[in-house]
Amino acid sequence: MNLNSRIPEGPLAEKWEKHKFNVKLVNPANKRKFDIIVVGTGLAGASAAASLAELGYNVKVFTFHDSPRRAHSIAAQGGINAAKNYQNDGDSVYRLFYDTVKGGDYRSREANVYRLAQVSVNIIDQCVAQGVPFAREYGGLLDNRSFGGAQVSRTFYAKGQTGQQLLLGAYSALSRQVATGKVKLYTRTEMLDLVLVDGQARGIITRNLITGKIERHAGHAVLLCTGGYGNVFYLSTNAMASNATAAWRAHRKGALFANPCFTQIHPTCIPVSGTYQSKLTLMSESLRNDGRVWVPKSLEDAARIRKGEIKPTDLPEEARDYYLERRYPSFGNLVPRDVASRNAKYVCDEGRGVGGTGLAVYLDFADAIRRDGRNTIEARYGNLFEMYEKITGDDPYTTPMMIYPAVHYTMGGLWVDYNLMTNIPGLYALGEANFSDHGANRLGASALMQGLADGYFVIPYTLGDYIASLPFQKVDASHPAFDEAEKGVKDTINKLMSIKGKRTVDDFHRELGNIMWEYCGMARNAEGLQKAIGLIQQLRADFWKDVNVGGNVDELNMSLEKANRVADFLELGELMCRDALHREESCGGHFRDEYQTPEGEALRNDEEFTYVAAWQYTGANAEPQLHKEPLQFDNVKLTQRSYK
Amino acid sequence: MNLTLNVWRQKGPHDKGGFVKYEMTDINHHMSFLEMMDVLNEQLVKKGEEPVHFDHDCREGICGSCAMHIDGRPHGPMQGTATCQLHMRVFKDGDTITVEPWRAKAFPVIKDLVVDRSAFDRIIQAGGYVSVNTGGVPDANEIPVPKKIADEAFNAATCISCGACVAACKNASAMLFVAAKVSQLALLPQGKVERKNRVEKMVAQMDAEGFGNCTNTQACSVECPKEISQDFIAMMNREYITAKFTSDNV
Repeated sequence: MNLNSRIPEGPLAEKWEKHKFNVKLVNPANKRKFDIIVVGTGLAGASAAASLAELGYNVKVFTFHDSPRRAHSIAAQGGINAAKNYQNDGDSVYRLFYDTVKGGDYRSREANVYRLAQVSVNIIDQCVAQGVPFAREYGGLLDNRSFGGAQVSRTFYAKGQTGQQLLLGAYSALSRQVATGKVKLYTRTEMLDLVLVDGQARGIITRNLITGKIERHAGHAVLLCTGGYGNVFYLSTNAMASNATAAWRAHRKGALFANPCFTQIHPTCIPVSGTYQSKLTLMSESLRNDGRVWVPKSLEDAARIRKGEIKPTDLPEEARDYYLERRYPSFGNLVPRDVASRNAKYVCDEGRGVGGTGLAVYLDFADAIRRDGRNTIEARYGNLFEMYEKITGDDPYTTPMMIYPAVHYTMGGLWVDYNLMTNIPGLYALGEANFSDHGANRLGASALMQGLADGYFVIPYTLGDYIASLPFQKVDASHPAFDEAEKGVKDTINKLMSIKGKRTVDDFHRELGNIMWEYCGMARNAEGLQKAIGLIQQLRADFWKDVNVGGNVDELNMSLEKANRVADFLELGELMCRDALHREESCGGHFRDEYQTPEGEALRNDEEFTYVAAWQYTGANAEPQLHKEPLQFDNVKLTQRSYK
Repeated sequence: MNLTLNVWRQKGPHDKGGFVKYEMTDINHHMSFLEMMDVLNEQLVKKGEEPVHFDHDCREGICGSCAMHIDGRPHGPMQGTATCQLHMRVFKDGDTITVEPWRAKAFPVIKDLVVDRSAFDRIIQAGGYVSVNTGGVPDANEIPVPKKIADEAFNAATCISCGACVAACKNASAMLFVAAKVSQLALLPQGKVERKNRVEKMVAQMDAEGFGNCTNTQACSVECPKEISQDFIAMMNREYITAKFTSDNV
């Protein structure tokens, strides 16, 4: 298979401009002859659907939520990056580009990232025009903060609810198009298969979650804006229903899945408190600006703390190990996410973890409160402290917070070219669902930027290039390909319903999550990954023999919804392990024990692994086939990260 | 701790529905309320019964999916909290907890605790936006907004569309929900151009959906998980009256 990334010729800074001129246009009167299917209504989906409808296309948009505004983009807290340089502190499109490529540990495409940095400035303009209430200075202009290790202040924010406000902006634009009739909105409707006619994406099969009705929808192009797959780990910061089904079923139909093992694990989450735990809550990374991370120096003290015999505040300074400050004197508690996460794992593996489960470290604000006063700390983090207390019952003003890393974001996703089209003509992937811009690690405040860049400013240009090549005829949903796909969906559902085994869907999901976290989490090695592949295959076989899905097919049935999703996670998990096993280097969020520097840092192997690993599905129990898209760096010099 | 749950079970929109009692044992006080419901559901599925259906997603109080009427209060006994952020430590061993869906004509029950809140989407579609297309907008800093105004607009914009305001109101009024969006956009310069038309259309849609009127009991603000102020309803009333007397519709 020839993976043509379609990166335009010419100097980096001119590629997008030139490309926009070179792509084919669809004349305004003809756009109304084309039907576009958009799956998902998060930042990428809502912005794409609204923008395409404004251009004149007929859009059908699908969400499994009861309202488009509930997509998981809503939960993003921190902010959105843009190279506005409003702060006059030396930011530029080039700097944002450079930071993103470096932050991604040199496993992303230069051209894509540069375009992302270019359109970032338009996003802020667009959102402000929609009435997104960003934080402002007293002079009435927009405020910025620094974020995620960047040395400039380029992050726009709306308190700790930036994702919510941006999504509501996109949702309002979408709602406006629903009102005009250019967008037809399908809520509580889940995509369960992609339909290909003569190798082109021509429609989808959906299930109406209220009535259970299986429906077919035909269109000239299908845009998957369905988010990431972090829930393969069962516990993550993702929302409960976030899933990989749309992307995975497209993968089964031939779309390549790129860099599946690139997972971001966020260091500051509220630790697990018991087996009933359903999800993990992120605490903003900004806490590490003032909090000091530590665990007891001795195993004995840690054990006594876990048993509740002593309190953390009882431990004198000399009995504490501020391990990040000790190991990374220059960055201290502000090392990047992956480094902070891994080190928390190490100290807990040594037996020095705290909390009931031993899987937690302290994030202590005592020094900051002594230094700056309680009022200052309250002004900075008041809402976060409150949230923490609501969940844990502990007051972080008087006792250190406990944190532990959790799965947060997946950089991998469907392989796409520069136009955001997958290797299947007419099938596009936007936002977290694609792999394209973050390489092996995503910088803070860049997910919102990418979702909106793809939806507002990339796809409206690049979609036309494909559409212009198509004839005007309506796509016919009675084509045998639809019959076949619909039958496949129904067969799978009937199979799931008929097993009537002993174990619940959650039970399987939890076990898969444990395997993934143990062997394909913060640190991986060949032995563990091989073991995990075997365990997952076994678990998958058990699932199809022993899962218990109650209820009926023709009504609201959340067990069945989950079963469909977990069935796909059970395949995707294996692919992630295979990808992690084949990538014999450490880079970004992918850390292999075997490949580290003498100081314990990620050791890339640029000679052999400077490529995108794009996997082709060959069957449920067959080995996937690897395709490589070499990455070429003409503008940025590859360096070793160091935070000492 | 051990608890007795009194949960509303209803097979579908046309089923009459009723309360079913469940005894829960060994509930950890660190659990969230929804995790406790998960435990119940796991037990039900293992017994071959149907799990209790309820809407939920982010479980951090921002998506607005979860919507349980707990012991007579939307989202339960804690102030400023969505159901998903409610934790079992606020209950005591031996408590009986009653769980119901939102009760409002405009929010028909779909199944168990799941209700249809699409009326809210239709109200937004009626005018809850600034009519700008993608592209062709001015530079973000060309629209200065006084910080106080921006902060106030933000306070209105934090609405998560859960519907607790409607569930709390004896009239099942959606005034707080509509007022939050009307106020956010009326406060900001970007939204001023369409402010009259917007409030007229959104209020008309609100009425058409079958929501009740406001009689200023303020229960909505008390139960709102985002603690959105009652003042926005006053602001919307001003907007509405102004629009009616000086309509832009010519």
